[in-house]
Amino acid sequence: MSIEVKNVNRRFGNFAALDDVSLEVQTGELLALLGPSGSGKTTLLRVIAGLETVDSGQVLFHGEDATSQHVRDRRVGFVFQHYALFRHLSIFENVAFGLRVRPKANRPGEAEIRRKVMELLELVQLDWLADRYPHQLSGGQRQRIALARALAVEPRVLLLDEPFGALDAKVRKELRTWLRRLHDEMHITSVFVTHDQDEALEVSDRVVVMNEGRIQQIGTPQEVYDHPVNAFVYQFLGNVNLFHGRVDEGTALIGPAGLPVPAHGETTVGQAIAAYARPHDIELIRPRQGELGISARVEHLLAVGPIVRVDLRPDDSDAPIHAEIPRDQAARLALVAGDRVLVRPRQVRVFAA
Amino acid sequence: MTFAVRRHSVLPGFGIALGFTLLYLSLIVLIPLSATFLKTFSLTWDAFWTAVTAPRVLASYRLTFGASFLAALINAVFGLLVAWVLVRYRFPGKRVIDAFVDLPFALPTAVAGIALAAVYSANGWIGSLFAPYGIKIAFTPLGVLVALTFIGLPFVVRTVQPVLEDLEPELEEAAATLGATRLQTFTKILFPTLLPALLTGFALSFARAIGEYGSVIFIAGNLPMVSEITPLLIITKLEQYDYAGATALAVVMLLISFMLLLIINLLQWWARRRRAAV
Repeated sequence: MSIEVKNVNRRFGNFAALDDVSLEVQTGELLALLGPSGSGKTTLLRVIAGLETVDSGQVLFHGEDATSQHVRDRRVGFVFQHYALFRHLSIFENVAFGLRVRPKANRPGEAEIRRKVMELLELVQLDWLADRYPHQLSGGQRQRIALARALAVEPRVLLLDEPFGALDAKVRKELRTWLRRLHDEMHITSVFVTHDQDEALEVSDRVVVMNEGRIQQIGTPQEVYDHPVNAFVYQFLGNVNLFHGRVDEGTALIGPAGLPVPAHGETTVGQAIAAYARPHDIELIRPRQGELGISARVEHLLAVGPIVRVDLRPDDSDAPIHAEIPRDQAARLALVAGDRVLVRPRQVRVFAA
Repeated sequence: MTFAVRRHSVLPGFGIALGFTLLYLSLIVLIPLSATFLKTFSLTWDAFWTAVTAPRVLASYRLTFGASFLAALINAVFGLLVAWVLVRYRFPGKRVIDAFVDLPFALPTAVAGIALAAVYSANGWIGSLFAPYGIKIAFTPLGVLVALTFIGLPFVVRTVQPVLEDLEPELEEAAATLGATRLQTFTKILFPTLLPALLTGFALSFARAIGEYGSVIFIAGNLPMVSEITPLLIITKLEQYDYAGATALAVVMLLISFMLLLIINLLQWWARRRRAAV
C-alpha cells in the first residue's frame, strides 16, 4: 500500500503549515517525519489520515485519489501521542471497538471478535490486561494498547503521531526497538512523526526532514546524517559547532587563523561560508609552535559515560565551542579548566553563509 | 487517642478542620432537620399516618415527585444540548447566551413564577399559541412542569459543560479512524463519558425541583388533588397552626428525597467507577 502526497498546501490563517509538500511513501516501509515543532510534520500526517483537510493538492492511496475520502473510509490506523484510549471501556473493548462499529453486514461474530482481540493483545504482549481499564495501565502499556486498537481494523497504513513523546526515556527506547521489530514482522506501510532525531534515525527506513512547512530532505537515516543538503538538516540531526570563514581555492579558511578545511558543494572563491562541525569531530591539542588551530580556553569539563564534554571559549569570539573527546584522550591531555588549547575540527560541513 | 491519618498526613489541622465541619453541618443542616423529626414525634403513629396518607396529600406527592422527575429528565436532555452548543460551536453572542443560563439561579423564584404564569396563561404570549388546540399550560400540572424545568436547567448545563470542555478531540478522531459513524461516536464514546456528569446534573435538578415553592405556586393554580404541590400543603398546614401535621409531611418528603438521592448517588458511583482520569 503506497501513499502519495502531491503538492499539498495547508494554511492556518496566515501560517503556512504545509507549503507545496510532495512525498511518496513506498509499500511496506517505515517512514519518519522529523522536524521541530511547527514544521508541519503533524499536519502532514493528519492530512494523510484525513483528519485535516487540504487547501490544494492531492493525497493518493495506492494510486487512487483519497483527498476527499472521509477518515472513516480511508482505513488508516492512527496512534495519538496521548493514547486517546476510551476510558470508560475495558482494554478488551478498546481493541474491539473498531470491529464492533462495523456495519452489521460485515461485523464479525462475538467469537471471532474475541479471537481477533486476544490475538492482537498477544501481539503487543499485554493479553493479561484484557479486563483492566486504561487508567490502570502505565504510559508504555497504554500506547501499545492504542497500537493494538489501531491494528484491529486491519488498516492499509499505520500513522503514528509522536507515539513515544509522552513516555520517559527508558520506556521510549524499549518501545521504539519493539516498534521496529513489529514492523519487520508485519510490513505494514507506516509513517510516524517525531521531533527526536535519534528516534527517527534509529527506527525508520527513510527519514523526511521538515522545517517551516517544507520538506528539507528525504533519504535513508545514513544519507541524511552523512550528506545533509543544507545547514538546517545538519543542525537538526545533532549538536553542532559553527565557524565562520571564506572559501579559497578548493579549501575553506575558518577563524581568524585561517585554518584550512576541505570545502565542497557549490561554493565560489571568496564566498563567505558557515562551517559546521559535530562535537565528536573536534580535536583538541596543546598549543605548540607551528601548529594551526583556533586558540581557546577550557571553561568546563564534564565526564559523561565514555566521553568527556569540554566547553571552550575561543579567544576571538563569544560563541562557545563544544567538544566531545574519548576519556583516554582526555586523560592523556590532562585538561583542567582554564587550560589553553588549540581547537581543530577533523570534519566539517561547509554551507554558503 | 491519635488517628493514623493525623500522624501521616502532611496537611496539618485535620482534627480542627473535621471538628469545624461537623459543627457547621450540625448548626446549618442536621439540627434543623432533626427538629423536624422531633416535632413530628409529638403526633401519635395513627395521627401521623392519617396526616401523611390523606388522598389530597398523596395526590400532591405524585405531582411533586412526578413533575420533578420529568422536569429533571427534560433538563438532562436539553441541558446536554445547550451545554453541547455552548462548548462546541463559536457564534456571536455566545457569552451572552452563556450568561442567560444562570438566570434561573439568580432570579427570585416569585418573579420567575409570575413571569411564567403571565407568559404561559391562555392569553399570554406562549400560552395563546397552545390555547386553540385545547392545551392549557398555566394553572395545570403542565404549568408545574414548566416551572420546575425552568429552575432546574442551569444545574445540568453547569455540570456537563466543564466535562465536555475537557473532552479531548482525539477521542472522537480515534473513533472516526476506527470506522465509527458520528452517531456511533456519540452513543458509544461521548455519551458514556458524559454520563456521570449528566447524572449529577440530573440529581441536582431533581432535588432542586422537589424543594421548589416560590415559582410553582404562581403558575400551578393550586387546585386540590390536581395541581397542588406538597410544599404548598405544608405551608397551608402551617397557616392553620398545625405544626405537627406540617412537619409530618416534611418528614415524608425528606425521607423520599433522601432515598431518591441515595439511589442516584449509587448510579453515579456505578458510572464513575469505570472512569478515573486517564
